[in-house]
Order: sequence, then C-alpha cells, then structure tokens
Amino acid sequence: MFGKLSWSAIPTDQPIPLVAAGIVALGMLGVAGWITRRGWWTLLWTDWITSVDHKKIGVMYVLLGLVMLVRGFIDALMMRTQQAMAAAGAEGFLPPEHFNQIFSAHGTIMIFFVGMTFMVGLMNFVVPLQIGARDMAFPTLNSVSFWLTAAGVLLLNLSLVIGEFARTGWLVYPPLSELAYSPDVGVDYYLWAIQIAGVGTLLSGINLTATILKMRTVGMGYMRMPIFCWTALTANLLIIAAFPILTATLAMLTLDRYLDFHFFTNDLGGNAMMYVNLIWAWGHPEVYILILPAFGIFSEVISTFAGKPIFGYRSMAAAALAICMLSFMVWLHHFFTMGASADVNAFFGVMTMIIAVPTGVKVFNWLWTLYGGTVRFSVPLMWSLGFMVTFIIGGMTGVLLAIPPVDFITHNSLFLVAHFHNVIIGGVIFGAYAGYNYWFPKAFGFTLDERWGRATFWCWLVGFYLAFMPLYLLGLMGATRRMQHYDDPLWQPLMVVALGGAVLICIGIGCTIVQLVVSIRARARRRDPSGDPWNGRSLEWATPSPPPAFNFATPVQVEGRDTFWTAKQAGLPAPGLPEMPAPSPVAVPVRSGTGFCIAFFATGLGFGMVWHIWWMAIAGLLGIVGVALRLAWRTVDDTELGADAVAAAYLARDREVA
Amino acid sequence: MSAVTDDPVQTITRPVPVSQRGPAPTHVVTTYGMWLFLLSDIVMFAAFFAAFVVLRDHTAGGPDGRTLFHRHTVLVETACLLFSSFSCALFGLGVEYRHRLATYAAGAATLALGAAFMVLEVSEFTHMIAIGAGPGRSAFLSGFFALVGLHGIHVACGMLWLLVMLAQVATLGFLPKVARRLQCFALFWHAIDIVWVGVFTVVYLGAFT
Amino acid sequence: MNTEAQAGDGREQPGAPSGLRASLLKYAGGLVLSIILTLVSFRISESGAVWPGGVPVLLAALAIAQMGVHLLLFLHISSGPENTNNIMSLAFGVFVVVLVIFGSMIIMHSLDTRMDNMPDMPAGAHAAPAMPAP
Repeated sequence: MFGKLSWSAIPTDQPIPLVAAGIVALGMLGVAGWITRRGWWTLLWTDWITSVDHKKIGVMYVLLGLVMLVRGFIDALMMRTQQAMAAAGAEGFLPPEHFNQIFSAHGTIMIFFVGMTFMVGLMNFVVPLQIGARDMAFPTLNSVSFWLTAAGVLLLNLSLVIGEFARTGWLVYPPLSELAYSPDVGVDYYLWAIQIAGVGTLLSGINLTATILKMRTVGMGYMRMPIFCWTALTANLLIIAAFPILTATLAMLTLDRYLDFHFFTNDLGGNAMMYVNLIWAWGHPEVYILILPAFGIFSEVISTFAGKPIFGYRSMAAAALAICMLSFMVWLHHFFTMGASADVNAFFGVMTMIIAVPTGVKVFNWLWTLYGGTVRFSVPLMWSLGFMVTFIIGGMTGVLLAIPPVDFITHNSLFLVAHFHNVIIGGVIFGAYAGYNYWFPKAFGFTLDERWGRATFWCWLVGFYLAFMPLYLLGLMGATRRMQHYDDPLWQPLMVVALGGAVLICIGIGCTIVQLVVSIRARARRRDPSGDPWNGRSLEWATPSPPPAFNFATPVQVEGRDTFWTAKQAGLPAPGLPEMPAPSPVAVPVRSGTGFCIAFFATGLGFGMVWHIWWMAIAGLLGIVGVALRLAWRTVDDTELGADAVAAAYLARDREVA
Repeated sequence: MSAVTDDPVQTITRPVPVSQRGPAPTHVVTTYGMWLFLLSDIVMFAAFFAAFVVLRDHTAGGPDGRTLFHRHTVLVETACLLFSSFSCALFGLGVEYRHRLATYAAGAATLALGAAFMVLEVSEFTHMIAIGAGPGRSAFLSGFFALVGLHGIHVACGMLWLLVMLAQVATLGFLPKVARRLQCFALFWHAIDIVWVGVFTVVYLGAFT
Repeated sequence: MNTEAQAGDGREQPGAPSGLRASLLKYAGGLVLSIILTLVSFRISESGAVWPGGVPVLLAALAIAQMGVHLLLFLHISSGPENTNNIMSLAFGVFVVVLVIFGSMIIMHSLDTRMDNMPDMPAGAHAAPAMPAP
C-alpha cells in the first residue's frame, strides 16, 4: 500500500535531522499562526500563490533562494566544524554516512535551489520591465515553473525527515549511485527533486528567451536593450540547450535504478564514464547559466553608480554570446583525470583558457565604465567591487586548473573546492546580493538599510577569504575534498581558520535578515516615492515602485540605449507614464491556480516514485494531466483594466504597504 | 545633389528593422516558444543518441542489432510516420481554412497512422523482451530501448494531444487560441518525424553497416 | 503592430485558393522527396551495391537531406527577416547536438582505448577489489 515507506524511514536514531526538522516545523507553524492572525490567507492565495505576474513570481523565487541559502549554509557550517574537529584520530561529531549526505545536500541546494533560483527570480522580475513589456511571453507557464521548482525544494527537504538523502555528492556519479551500491531512497529523492525542478527551469528558459526575443517594446532593437537583458538572453539560451542533457542523463540513471537498465552499471556492458561525460556536458554550461545573469547585474549596477553608460556595449554583448557558444566546448576539463588521451585533454585545456578571454573583456569594460565616472559607493556597488577582485582570483585559479598536468595534482582536492567557491560566491552570490539591494526598492517601494547592508558585505567578503584561502593551501598540501576526517595534524589550524570564515559568513547572513527586518520596520521613513532611488538609466526605473500589474500605462517608444536616462536629461516625462497619450484599457492576464496545483501533483508523483508507492505516482501524473486539461478549456484569459484604473494605479503611490 | 542649390537634403527612409517593430503578435510568440521547446527536445534526444552510439557494441555476449532488427518492419513504420506528417500538414490546412470536415478527417488519419506505428513498435518491443533481449540484457539493449522508447513515448503523447485538440475543435470551435495550439501540435508532430529519420538511420540501418 | 509570419506558420495568404494550391504542392513535394530519400537509404543498406566503407557516410547524408526536406517543406523554415530567430535558434541547437554526439563519441573512444573498462561482466557481478581487504 505504501511501497517501501514505513515508520522506520523517520531517523529516530539521529538527533541532528530531528532537531532540524523540529525547528523547521516550529518555524512553519509560527508563520502560519502569524498569517492567520493577520487574516492574510485569502490574500496569500489570490495575490501571490495564484499570481501570474512576473514581478510577484520573481519575488517568490528570490525569497525561496534566501530561505534555501540558510538551509544550505547550515550544511556548510556543519562540514566546516566537522573538518576543524576531526584531525589525527578525532572523530568529530558527524558519522561518515551522515557527513556524506550533508555535502551532497549542500551542493545540490546551493547550485539548484539558491544559485539558479536567485538568478531566475531576478531575471523574472527585471527583464520584462527593462524591455518595456507588460509581462513575460507565457505568464501562466511562468507560475508553473516557479511552483515546480518549489516542489523540487519540498522533495529534497522531505528527505531530511522521511528517509535519507543521497550520499554520492551533488552529481550522483555511478556506479556509487546505482542500485547495487545505493539501494536506499537517497539517490531517488535527488533524481525526482531535480527532474521536477528541471522541468520548471527549462520552461522558464523558454519563457525568458521568447520574451526577450519577441516582446521588446517599439524601437528597442537588440543593440538598445540593457546588458542585463543580453546576459539574461544568453543564460536562457544555455538553459534551453543544456538542461535537456541533464534530464536525459538523470533519466538514464533512473532507468538503471528502476527498470534494470545498464547504461552506467558495472555489469552487462554499462559504462560509468559515459555518465561523467554527459553530466558535465550539462554541468559546465550550468555554471555559465549561473554567472551570466550576475555579469549582467554588475553591468547595470556599475553603470548606474558611475553615472556613465556601460563602456564597450557591443563588446559586452559579443562577449556574452561568445561565452554562450564556448561554454559548450570545455566540459572535459571536469574530468581530465578520467583517462582521455593527451590530445583530447589538451584541446579542452586550451578551450578552457580561451573562454577566460570574453570574461576578461567584461572586466576591463567594467573598469573603464568606472574610470572617469562620478562613483557613488552604494551597497550594490560595493558588492560589485568585491566581485571584481574575488572573481578575478577565482578565474585565475581556474586557468591554473585548465592545465591538465596541474589538474592531475589538484583534481578533487580542496584547491578545486576553493576555486569553484571562489567564482560562485564571488560571482553568483555577490551578484545576487548586489541585485537584491539594487532592485529591492523597485519591488517594494522602500530602500534597504544601508548600514546593515554594508555590514553584510564586509562579513561576507572577509568571511569568504578566511574560509577559502586556507583551502587553496590545503589543496596544494594534498587535502582531498569531502573528507570526514584526516590524519595530518598540520592541516588542522587551516581548517580552524576556514571555520572562522564560515562563522563570519554566518554573521553576514544574520545581518541580511536583520537588514530586512529593520528596513521593513522603517519602511514609512525609507519610502521612495519617485520610483527611481538610484538615478537609474533603464526603463524599470521609469515605473512607480512597486510597478502596477501592467508595468507601463502606455507602450514605450525607444530611440536609443538608456532611454530613461535620456528622457531625464532632456527633461521629458518618464516613458510609459499617463502624462503622455492618455492611457487606454489594458489587458492583464488572469490569475491561475494551475502552477500550484501542477506542483502539488508533481510532488505526489515524485514522492510516490521515490518510495515505490505506485498508486500515488500514477495519481500524481493523472492529476497533472487533469489540471492541464482544465487550463486548456479556460475561456477567459485576460481581464481588462479600464483607462481610469490604469491612471489610478499610477497615482496610488502613497498606499499603505500592509 | 549640388551643395549650391537650396534643395532640401534628400533623406533616405529605411524600413524599420524587424527587431524594432515592437512586440510580435501572439501566434508568433506562441509558435516561437514551441520552436524553442522542440530544440530542447532535440538536445535531449541527442544525449540518448550519444549514449546509444557509445554503448552500441556493449552487447555483453547477447544479441546485437543485426540479429534482432527487421528492416522491413522499420520501413513500414517509417511510411506510417511519413504519411502521418503529410496528413498532419493537411490537418493544418483544414484549421487554416476553418474547414471542419477536412480537420477531422486529416486529424483522424494522423491518429490512425500514429496508432499503426505504435502497434508495430510495441509488438517489436514485446517480442524482443519475450526472447530475452529486453533492456536489462545488455547496455546496447538499454540504449536501444531508451532511445527508441523515448521516441515512441513522444508519438504516444502526440496522439493524446491530438485527441485533446480534436475535442477542443469540437467543443470550442476554431478560436484563435485553439488555432495556435494546433499550429504548435503540427510543429511537434513534424519534429518527431525528423527525429525518426535519425532513429531509423542510426539505430536500424546503422546496425547493418 | 508586428505582422510577421514565421516558421511553422504555414500562412502566406490565408484563405486564398492559390495559397491553398501552393501549400498542397509543397506538402506533396515534401512527402514524395521524403519517400524517395527513405527508399534510397533502405536500398543502400540492403543491397551490396555501395562500397561498405562509404555506406555510413551516404546514409548520414541522406538522413540530413531528409531532415532538411522536412524543415523546409513541412516546417516552413525560410530565410526571411521574420524567421531569423528561428534559424539562429535552430543553428544553435544543431551546434549543441553535434557537439554532444560527436564530442561524446570522440571522448568515449579515447577513454575506451586507454582505460581498462570492465569486461562484459555477467549480471550482478562486482569488480574484484584491487587490494586485499585489511
């Protein structure tokens, strides 16, 4: 009746997951109680859960990313503590089977549910505004994408309390991930969580690409859209081209585990090296999917706070396109040591070095944008400066790793771990923070507290260097990654320093939360009625904060780059505002529970497949089909907002934020 | 063109480039989205093709393609899909010209030909499993069943989609959004025929080279 | 407002009888060409007429040609400005497909020749440990 599921699936013998689950449960109950007290349940359903507005969906993505950052970071703190303790015979506090699940969950959460989620959320919020569009190309599909991602998050987190997670690392390499060596449900949780979330990401990639290519406002040719839109476009093209490889490869592993196929098994002709090859053919474009939107964020922030247009616009766009193409030609550098010939290794080594060039072009362009500008050291700009220094160091170690003979020594050592954290934290996380601080006032109508913003930045910056520079040294001293314990006592001081860095980052995350709470409390004082707190250049700053559902009252006519800036300099009213031709009725897409319901059934499908509860899986699948059919027969797709309502939305700037 | 005269300078008016004409009409956006989805689908097939080709010789002492495949059956299957592409195109014309009878007839023909394909393929699979050449026998057979099976699943889903679309025409008529969805379906159906060209060449004919 | 037509549209002049005839001719032509290309492929594969070394290349060429026929005549790919997005996306997709398939083949071949892969072991077998257990 319940497949493999039984009461023994709850880890009653392990205190840590139980305590964690207890805290989460209490937290969720607290939030539910607070919502009940405020009477917000209906509002939550009508304004957020069933919303198809790209701005609301973007905010939900970012919130999900922030929550998962805390979850994934706790894993990091536990690992750092374990490694600081477990030197030369000491056992630490995490047994190996548990430690292995933690590093697997940490990587999975950070890449899929923090990095991707944050970047997709920011792109969702900003891109339609920057191109002068009313919404995304496919608003209901957008909601489906978000809720499928949330379903993946739910499944992964369920593994904490019902069953266990994979013990294989975040890419679940076979043969360890095959049924013979991982007979428990951990790998299955991973497979279904990622496959479900992966569908959401792919649909989001299609949505954003179609939006950028087909929905730009009048006059906005390709060379006139903001650089963030260029990097968003290339990142989403990569999503469309790369994620299917992940889907296929994980599907092959799923077939191996469920239906006795032999793609990657040890017996009957399977080839585990093929998995490594295919998964990295996805994996390398994936890291560019993460970093390209961050590059775009920095372009926007730097040009705004230097008061100058971005230097070298064409080369920026060309560099983004070059990265897009080249990112598919380097993937073997993730497995130089697997044994391909020197010629093959050399080709990919050279290609890896070549791909550093367009990034270098971007760095120089950012520097030249700052040079000669009137630089304002706002919080987003500080994140950008921190990024430039940190990412360059990480990029340089990447070029070191690109040399196969060097990689033969450093592959899978802590040197590698330091490198990828260097570029991902320095690039993606710093970019996320820059974007978060930069666009928060647009989303909510008030600015974030600057002092706490600076505190967050410094804690993260110093904490990062303390946490990861020792890891470079440790890697060169011979330390492998993913060690639950080690013999050499000389490594321990460096591990302790690294733990200190992690603690500092933890304080930084705490500062982030405090910044949010303090800013919300002071929101009346921090309100920005102009909609343009940074003296911005692009179209999103021309709207009120927060923008009305339809974004722009009248279609915007664009004649060059940085349209809003040009209008301000010429003393013209902001484009898209009601002062220009009188507003006409606007069609707003109707809200829909489709996304939420599909995700609900997808969770059932995933959970059923994990535990072999076949009736649940089939019911989930049928439920998804049923919801889709219901959407197919929906007759009303838009509601029309009359001209008065449109004008009123622009005047209601002083409305109380609940 | 003399600078001496007072004639106003002749201005050259270039047509506005497509990229600056503003948002595209809905049917263009929708079909482009479908196009992008099909590209992603083709990349997914590419990964399965890659796995098949790499594992092709890993027969683990079991049967290989030459022993198992019947090219004449594959030729019939190919004919079914090709003619179904043609009938799908006629289906599209029926929608475009709002001709109910043509739409239903061509749709039914597409469905029938797709069903014929599925019957042949399923019987091939069941026969192979019955003689011990199922996907669990070797990596080669895993690759075969996964690739060809994935294509078969696409055909089956396409048929279900077609049934839904015929129901939509029957209940909602030729609404603009129904017409858009039918265009998307047609794109999908032609795309899986393109994939089949790859499948029969690489998998079936390739086994005999 | 943008009135572009694009790939998959199938519409040149909706409703016009000459448009209908042109469409029908296109589709019939696509069908006939595809049938010919398919039959040639099968014939080459079955008869020994072509030198065996050249058969894979020929089959690949015929397959690519038939895919092109489908793209042109059934999916209405054209080179007009309205179609640029479609062609660019298609080119990118083909680029990735080629890299994935041929890249994987080259890499896996290199690995197979140099690494002692598991021999085709019987079902359920595990590799023997390289070192004796402590």
